[in-house]
Amino acid sequence: MIGTTTAVALLGLTGQMVEVEADITPGLPSFTIIGLPDTALSNARERVRHATSNAGCPLPARRITVNLSPAALPKFGPVFDLAIAMALLAAARSISAESIGRVVHLGELGLDGRLRPTSGILPAVAAAARLGFTRFMVPTGNADEAALVPGITVIPVASVRDAAIFHGSSLQPQPVEPILLARESATETPVLELADVVGNRDATQALVVAAAGGHHLFMLGPPGAGKTMLAARLPGLLPDLGALESLEVSSLRSLSGEVVGSQLITRPPLESPHHTATAAALVGGGSRQIRPGAAARASHGVLFIDEAPEFNSSVLDALRQPIETGVISIHRANAVASFPATFQLVLAANPCPCGQYGARDSECTCTPHARRRYLGRISGPLMDRIDIQLRVQRITAAELRMADGAERLDTATARATVIEARARSASRLAKTPWRVNSQVPGSWLRTGPRRLHRATTASLDRALERGGLTMRGYDRVLRLAWTVADLDAVESPTAEHVGRALYLRKSLQS
Amino acid sequence: MKAKDALGRQGEDVAASYLADQGFTVLERNWRCEQGEIDLVGVDGRDTVFVEVKTRSSTAFGHPFEAITDAKLARLRRLAIAWCDAQRGPRPGVIRIDAVSVLIREGGVPFVEHLRGVFR
Repeated sequence: MIGTTTAVALLGLTGQMVEVEADITPGLPSFTIIGLPDTALSNARERVRHATSNAGCPLPARRITVNLSPAALPKFGPVFDLAIAMALLAAARSISAESIGRVVHLGELGLDGRLRPTSGILPAVAAAARLGFTRFMVPTGNADEAALVPGITVIPVASVRDAAIFHGSSLQPQPVEPILLARESATETPVLELADVVGNRDATQALVVAAAGGHHLFMLGPPGAGKTMLAARLPGLLPDLGALESLEVSSLRSLSGEVVGSQLITRPPLESPHHTATAAALVGGGSRQIRPGAAARASHGVLFIDEAPEFNSSVLDALRQPIETGVISIHRANAVASFPATFQLVLAANPCPCGQYGARDSECTCTPHARRRYLGRISGPLMDRIDIQLRVQRITAAELRMADGAERLDTATARATVIEARARSASRLAKTPWRVNSQVPGSWLRTGPRRLHRATTASLDRALERGGLTMRGYDRVLRLAWTVADLDAVESPTAEHVGRALYLRKSLQS
Repeated sequence: MKAKDALGRQGEDVAASYLADQGFTVLERNWRCEQGEIDLVGVDGRDTVFVEVKTRSSTAFGHPFEAITDAKLARLRRLAIAWCDAQRGPRPGVIRIDAVSVLIREGGVPFVEHLRGVFR
């Protein structure tokens, strides 16, 4: 008799259904798992044997073969334990084979027969739900997380015994203490107050533009100018995540081993990797199980690269492809994992190794050569993909006094303007595949139905003629101009909006 | 005789009569050579069968079959070849290795399980 049920193998954020078949044949007692298991999965042998025997439904002393198909797909981790145990008990005719066939089983077993919560339950359930599966048996400790996926039935079980009883075993229920997650559940990115930023009006405006158009942002300035402070306030300006987005963000958290509680993440995340990060830490990797990196975790939020020139340049350049495609694909000999990477990039850098170059109140001690080499570490192709390039200055004592009584933009107001501007651009782009201005290709802006009048773009055309702007730069300024106009709630950019956009792009070179 | 040896002896008796009931012709019991001992050699149809008998009085330390390890089976196979070499006349055509578990609970009826062709 063969028992068959299903589980989910995760590859990146996409899941594939795995059929777990168990066969018990006459022969000397043995337990073999085939179908490319890793070490943690091979160890399921011992966990399943002990858990079932301690739960009161021991496996027969016969030759046991468990096959995980598709056999060529590599499978990882202890999440298949429950499916293996159920398939085996069905093969031993202890439980109903028909009943286990209708349920997807996910969960790790403890030796005492209780089920342990594992990471990655949310993406696994979401992936299976997309493929049309609706009934899921998960450990009690993961029940809340699994229930976040809409339109499915979750069967939480505390032990193998409970699971067997659900599937028609004649065992008597024996209440056990379910294993719950001891760790704190993942928290939302805290919303910081934009009004805490003193002075730096240009920078706060640029931040609002970045938020409204989804533009990548580069900030250059001496230490203490407030670059980090500004970047940390960008997620607060972004609108709440949509249903699909928050499922994706929460899934990535679950995949990184963070605890997902009973609520989806609804605020855009902020990831700020340290400059010693490797390419694998940034885009994801791992030799066997492929884990998401900071860029994937920043999806639908902000990836803040502080001290960008201190990063290994090959690490930074690993971001170029995700920025272009919105997807991170990690290739291995036997599989390709893909993660979403629709993050907004914020780079911050000091102007030179000592940090003082261009500061109004102190002097730089770096040689011109050192200065040039320092910023040269951020490659041209990467800089080319960044719409807003901004110089941030340290605030002076006079500015501090002046700012004292001045009105400051607070996060709530700024977010409201951003949401309004995004609504304007979304309705304008309604019949196109794009939603925010940063996604629109330049050719559409230059030649499409929304092309601007020559008089409006006069300053831009002059910059192009003089060679102060490349064609790609020209397109980026056009996109920015539309965002600036959206923020001003006007139908179409005027010459003034183009001028402001040009400033956001070109303020570094002055 | 130690208790465990007596149990083993009893188990082999049970196994021999069980196999005879199944239509085996028992050729030899406790055949020894310098490499070791074969519990039972018999003929089942066209097969010459070498049988490892494992006896236990309870399953507290696992099923009797669980004590038949790969190393034990490999030794049994070498012994089978030695037995064939020691025979006069035509060599046996097909050989097979079987395992028999005997569970003799105190005061109970012995419980026999028989697995055919366990070596692979």
